[in-house]
Formats: sequence, structure tokens, C-alpha cells
Amino acid sequence: MYEGIVQELIDELGRLPGIGPKSAQRIAFHILQTESVDVSRLAELLTQIKERVRFCEICGNVSEEDTCTICRDPRRNAQTICVVEEAKDVVAIERTREFRGLYHVLGGAISPIDGIGPDDLRIKQLLQRLADGTVTEVIIATDPNLEGEATATYLTRMLQQPGLRVTRLASGLPVGGDLEYADEVTLGRAFEGRRVVE
Amino acid sequence: MIVRHLSLVDFRNYETAEVELHPGANLFVGRNGQGKTNLVESIGYLSTLSSHRVPSDQAMIRSGADAAIIRARLQHGDRQLLVEAQLNRSGPNRAQVNRGAVKPRELSRYVSSVLFAPEDLALVRGEPSGRRRFLDGVLVQRNPRLSGVLSDYERSLRQRNMLLKSARASGLKNAPLSTLDIWDERLIEFGSELMAARSELVAELEPHTRLAYAAIAGDSHDATLSMQFSVLDSARDDDEGLHEEAVRHGAIDRALAASWFSEALERSRRQELERAITLVGPHRDDLVLTLNGLPARGYASHGESWSFALALKLATAEVLRQHSTAGDPIIVLDDVFAELDASRRERLTEAIEGYEQVLITAAVFDDVPAPLAAHTVHIDSGRIVEAS
Ligand SMILES: Nc1ncnc2c1ncn2[C@@H]1O[C@H](COP(=O)(O)OP(=O)(O)O)[C@@H](O)[C@H]1O
Ligand SMILES: [Mg+2]
Ligand SMILES: [Zn+2]
Repeated sequence: MYEGIVQELIDELGRLPGIGPKSAQRIAFHILQTESVDVSRLAELLTQIKERVRFCEICGNVSEEDTCTICRDPRRNAQTICVVEEAKDVVAIERTREFRGLYHVLGGAISPIDGIGPDDLRIKQLLQRLADGTVTEVIIATDPNLEGEATATYLTRMLQQPGLRVTRLASGLPVGGDLEYADEVTLGRAFEGRRVVE
Repeated sequence: MIVRHLSLVDFRNYETAEVELHPGANLFVGRNGQGKTNLVESIGYLSTLSSHRVPSDQAMIRSGADAAIIRARLQHGDRQLLVEAQLNRSGPNRAQVNRGAVKPRELSRYVSSVLFAPEDLALVRGEPSGRRRFLDGVLVQRNPRLSGVLSDYERSLRQRNMLLKSARASGLKNAPLSTLDIWDERLIEFGSELMAARSELVAELEPHTRLAYAAIAGDSHDATLSMQFSVLDSARDDDEGLHEEAVRHGAIDRALAASWFSEALERSRRQELERAITLVGPHRDDLVLTLNGLPARGYASHGESWSFALALKLATAEVLRQHSTAGDPIIVLDDVFAELDASRRERLTEAIEGYEQVLITAAVFDDVPAPLAAHTVHIDSGRIVEAS
């Protein structure tokens, strides 16, 4: 245990995902020893990020405007929507350069243990986007783990409607893994091999 | 395969230990509490990545130390292999094969062992959960991919139980339950694979168990194995007792298991909603042991129970031997001989004769038949004091 504010900082850092007590301590001491201009810049970013960044009204991706750069880009193919769990998955798929359509971010996956049911995800918004018939294909790219698969099954049932093709990313993705950690090659191949569900 | 040399650093009560081992029997002798079980536990750990005594790895790191290291030089035919596991107090464990990093769970592809200890009497006399754990452990040793199926099944079960609980709590049964059939599907997918794999293993173990029982007990009692499937018995809601109609002999395939499972879920739906828990599935199954047609649990004498438990472990060794490309599993007999009468000791000695390597621990040297004592190591408070 350290004195007051130092320990508070360590505790706070330790609450961040992927950071254990040892890393938290290392980061805290790094901050203590760093030039104060650099630290101020970091502190400023941390306070601003919550004010400046919001979620795209259309797809749910992170954005500094009402809608994100992908939704605003006229060159994107508006007939295809790729459904992902988190905004970070959008970044992972963009890295492959394989996909030129639009996205829909669900905000998680169905998981009763975490208290997340279908109503807690942006599924209603997805159905609204499909209402005018522009979209002809929905690609489900939820994580290839238990909850991601369950969510994909649920979505597939909700999306049964004439004129709409529903596909699921092909396997080849590491089983039990997170989409965001898949490398470009694997993700790219999974896109090529996507298939119609049922 | 055999372990040629074992090195321990900060493992249990060993600060450091270097042990030379031989083909055939190796005996470890020392008073109680000196570190005999600890030593053989380290080899069990390499093959199963878990201890037979504790669920967490922390207890295996010497108190006050940050990491424990188990290093074994293995030999299979002309091939030598150096495998190493490092258990860390904080942070993930690490593993190496021939000094190259591998995922810890890969180790079990190189090392296989079957351990028998007095606690294994619970296989015959204890709760069904212990028998399920035994079967699942062998399944994973035989086919490591199944550890993923097991954990997916357990997680599906937790998800489904949580859904049932929140449905009951919210009172509005329909909203959360719109996803129940999705979890049913997951449960059936992984559960049916588990049921089929277990039943296939049991069918494979049975003839070996029967032979091993006869060899150890020295009588003609008929030892049989079968699976009791909770999905065939949805009326009951306990985890106890023998229900004849749910007992099936021999292997079943996945499709049959899946159809039983989905029918059972349908039958028990109302009861499951009321009780907010999943009442049927492989998490409620049991391995049924019978001796001359009577359930061993409850009927078998103390000596018969011992013979049965031993026979199950010897049958396991035989099955692993047949599936392995790396030779025999290492047989570990921890504190076993003290529990056996003279004739059973002799018959056990014969039964293990054909295995490439056997590790035996005993508090009393004279409890172990002479042919097994050719290579004896004395252990005293976490130190190897003398080898002969
Ligand atoms: N993590 C540990 N650190 C230090 N000592 C330990 C640790 N785990 C167990 N021990 C000690 O090991 C001894 C038991 O060794 P064990 O191998 O079970 O004995 P036995 O020779 O009877 O089989 C006990 O004295 C126990 O305190
Ligand atoms: Mg012991
Ligand atoms: Zn957008």
C-alpha cells in the first residue's frame, strides 16, 4: 500500500480492462516520473474524450459528429450491413480492406450472466435500418465464442424477411477468441468464405 | 514413455530437487508429510495441467516463492524430450518443450500419466460429480479438443440457469424467455457431444475394467460399467441414486443423445421454470458401477470398493496406452500398498508389470513387494536424501 493519492491512482488504473495490480503500479510510477507537459496532455484527453466522442446515430460506431465517417461516406455500399458487437470490431474489419459496406454496432452480445438480453442491444435500430428495403445483405460478424454464436442465432431468426440475405462470417476465426485480436489474414479469409445461414 | 530426470524448483515443499528415475518401478519412501505425494503430483500436473488434490495452482507454489518450476526429461524410444512448466503466483503460467515456448495445455500432448491415490475410493463410494470429473479428465487426456466442449457446455449451462433465474425474478415470463430456445440449442450441441464421448469412453473402459478387477480381486465377480443419463429420467430432480430406466449400456451416438436431450428439455420445461435451474443434461449424469449386478456404491465391501477403484484406473491406463503415440502412460500409485492385503499387493504388482514406468510412494518400505523396490528414493522434509 502506498500513501493516499498514489494508491488511489493505482487502484483506479487497476480497474481498467487488461491491467492487473502490477501493471497499474508500473503505469502510476511512470506517470510520476514523466514530464508534466506530457501528463497534462493525457489528462486533457481523458477529460475531453467523454465530451467530444459520442456514438453514431445510425450505426452506433464511435464518432465526433452525429454520424460517423463511414456512414457519411457516399462511396460505401449501402446495400450491405455488417453487424458487429463492439466499435473496436469495426476497426478490425476496416483493417482488412475487404469490406466496403456499412456497419451496425450492437453494443455487446446476449449474455444472461452479464444481464444482457436482446433488448439491451441495438437490434431494434437494426430492424429500422432494414425497413426501406435498400439493404439486401446482412453479414453477422459477432465474436466466434458462445455468446457471439447465440447472438448470431437470435439475429438470424429476427432477420428472416423476403429479399434479405443473411450471412455469417466463415470459421477460420480463432474459436473462443475475440474478433478484435484476429489478424488481418484470418479476418480477410473469413470474409471471403462467408455463407448463407440456414 | 518414461521420465528420465525430474527437477523441481519451489514446488510445494521442495526448494530444489533433482531426481534420477528409471524404467520400471521407482519407489519413494519417507514418513508422512515429507513430500512424497508432492513429488508425484508434479508429474501428474504435467500430464493434466491440474493437481489431483487442489483446484487452484497457487497451492503448488512453495510458500514465500513467486513461481514453481517442474522440468522433466522424457524418453520415448530413442526420442528425448525436455518439458517444463512454470507456475506463477501472479500472471499466466508458462510452458516449454525442448526450450521452445508452447501453450501450457499443449504439455498434455507430450506427457501422460494415470494416478491412483486413496482418495480415489470416492470413485466407487462417493458422489456422481467425482465420477463425472474422472470421465471428463480421461476424455481430455485422450482428446484435448474436448476441454473446449466441456467448458462451452458449462458456460451454456450457467447462461441458461441465469436466464431462468431472471425470468422467474422479473415475473414477466415472456420477455427474457424469448432467448431460451437459443440457449437450449447451445446446451444440446455441446451436451450431446459430451454424452456421446462419455458413453464411448465407458464402453471402451468396460472390458479392461472387468479384466483388471478380476486380476486384482482374484475372484470371478463381474464388474460392469454403464452410463445413467438424466435426460432419460426427467422425473427425478436429485443427483442421487440408481434409476434403472435411465441406465444405458454401450456407446450412443451424438444424434441420439441430442434427440433425448431436446425431448427431456421439453418435458421438464415447466418444472425448470418453477425451480429456475436446468434439471437435465450431462451435468446430472452418472457412471454406474455394478458388481455381480448390484450397484457397487452401497453394496460393495471395503476391499471390493478398493479393487474396483484400482481396476478403473488400470483400465484408464490401458485405454490411454492404446490411444497414445508416445508409449505407455506413467503409472503413479500414491500410498496405495498400505491399504491392500498381501494377496492384493501381489496381484497389483503383476498387473502393473508391463508398464514402461511406475512411480510408487509409501511411508513404510516393507509394505511394498520386493520386486517394486529395486530403485528406492528416500525423502525427508522436501529433500531427496538418498537414492539406491
Ligand atoms: N506450497 C507449499 N509450500 C510449502 N510447503 C508445502 C506446500 N504445499 C504443501 N506443503 C507441505 O508439504 C507437506 C506434505 O507433503 P506430501 O507430499 O503431501 O506428504 P507425504 O510425504 O505424506 O505424501 C506438508 O508438510 C505441507 O505443509
Ligand atoms: Mg502422501
Ligand atoms: Zn455510423
